[in-house]
Amino acid sequence: MTQQFYVSPEQMIKDRADFSRKGIARGRSVVVLSCRDGIALVAENPSPSLHKLSEIYDRIAFAAVGKYNEFEGLRQAGIRYADVRGYSYDRADVTARGLASVYAESLGAVFTAESKPFEVELAVAEVGPTSAEDHLYRLSYDGSIADESSFIVMGGDADAVIRRLESVFDGGASLSESVRAAVQALAGDRPEQVKLDPSLLEAAVLERDPLTSRGSRRAFRRIMGRELDDMLKEKERP
Amino acid sequence: MMEGRERVVADAAVASFSAYLSAAHPDQLPFSRNLGAATGGSSALAPQATTIVAMTYSGGTLMAGDRRATMGNVIASRHIEKVFPADQYSVLGIAGTAGIAMDLMRLFQVELEHYEKIEDTLMSLDGKANRLAAMVRANLPLAMQGLAVIPLFTGYDTALHIGRLFSYDVTGGRYEEQEHHSVGSGAGFARGALKKLWQPNMSRSTAVDVAVEALYDAADDDSATGGPDPVRDLWPVVYAVDAAGTVRIPDRELAAAAARIIGVRSSVGREA
Repeated sequence: MTQQFYVSPEQMIKDRADFSRKGIARGRSVVVLSCRDGIALVAENPSPSLHKLSEIYDRIAFAAVGKYNEFEGLRQAGIRYADVRGYSYDRADVTARGLASVYAESLGAVFTAESKPFEVELAVAEVGPTSAEDHLYRLSYDGSIADESSFIVMGGDADAVIRRLESVFDGGASLSESVRAAVQALAGDRPEQVKLDPSLLEAAVLERDPLTSRGSRRAFRRIMGRELDDMLKEKERP
Repeated sequence: MMEGRERVVADAAVASFSAYLSAAHPDQLPFSRNLGAATGGSSALAPQATTIVAMTYSGGTLMAGDRRATMGNVIASRHIEKVFPADQYSVLGIAGTAGIAMDLMRLFQVELEHYEKIEDTLMSLDGKANRLAAMVRANLPLAMQGLAVIPLFTGYDTALHIGRLFSYDVTGGRYEEQEHHSVGSGAGFARGALKKLWQPNMSRSTAVDVAVEALYDAADDDSATGGPDPVRDLWPVVYAVDAAGTVRIPDRELAAAAARIIGVRSSVGREA
């Protein structure tokens, strides 16, 4: 009979965490930040159809970095969770906190029990009536959950992006100012010729008051094409 | 049964909320309840919603429903709404057992929104009409016990750039209607009115007038259909869909249309 090698739990957890972190570090970063007009979500993403940002429910959005097939499965599971809950209770009973706990539970279970942990990091954002009532949750590959107050940065270059964003972040800024700040932080000190072009960006917003601005209870809206171009150009005018 | 890889792909391809619900939470479906043996007529048991009219106009479609629900000979509600926007480009109206109809409506709304979020694109109008047919068919066992739900579905086809109209039977049969259609106990009277009043290429405001007049005629002869109610300031629920999306016609427009019709009818002073 072959004997199994002994691996200490500490070593096993460390190996798994290193593995997940390496996978996540290969991906490009995503920024989620709270502002006056709502919550801005900005990702560096050259694909126009494979999204890193998504609508989950009326006031809840999802952002992810890491392996696409893994976070796509989690995104769909989140939409199912929210739709079942809203259908069987009421639309008001679907909260980001509930969704984040479900994600934390499944990420944690896979991290300890499955042969390969998830190589993903997720953000769940819920827009409130004021920016103080916004909820931003960051979920790691091991199921740990963090409640952030102003912004979340995930992905490969996260530490550097956080430093750059901290210096320009303003919770009372407008949506276009916030999107510009996020793009600036994502681009960092890259030379001018490889600057972040709108075609390399994916942007969306959770509007604070969608019922009055668009007559819809669904707060999520993608910012694309002309609108994104205009938002990024606004700075160059004065 | 599919095996292995094929099975994985088939599982991942499910973008339908109702399919997921029937697999994971079948108790939540509006038509999964087993009511036991048939107990005879249901019309005195549960409120019934009646008369819905729908028609095309130049550039879109319009649907209208009266506000009355009845339980046998009793008026159960004067405020009930039977016409709802299903999503940005479609409208659903339901006649039949009100409780099941409302649940079916909610399920259909979630079904369309769920697909839109999972797939990041709108379902085609034919796709929506087919999903609704499947739901009506699933309700067939209850319909056999007298708890039938008969929807009417209209929408703007964003691929063909026209408004389209679909009717259903209890078995889930889906029929595309031309020009106009009506369902519910007052439908026969409403349809007679529509045949005389409907014209090709009407404007939206003319279509509103025609819808209100058709409902007026239905209410005149069918006791289960409610007419315009100036005492309570209650008017039909009317939605229009065109390239710009779904809009609810405001009450003041409906009040004006109802006032015009009542004015003409009373000045003529005829019996029928």
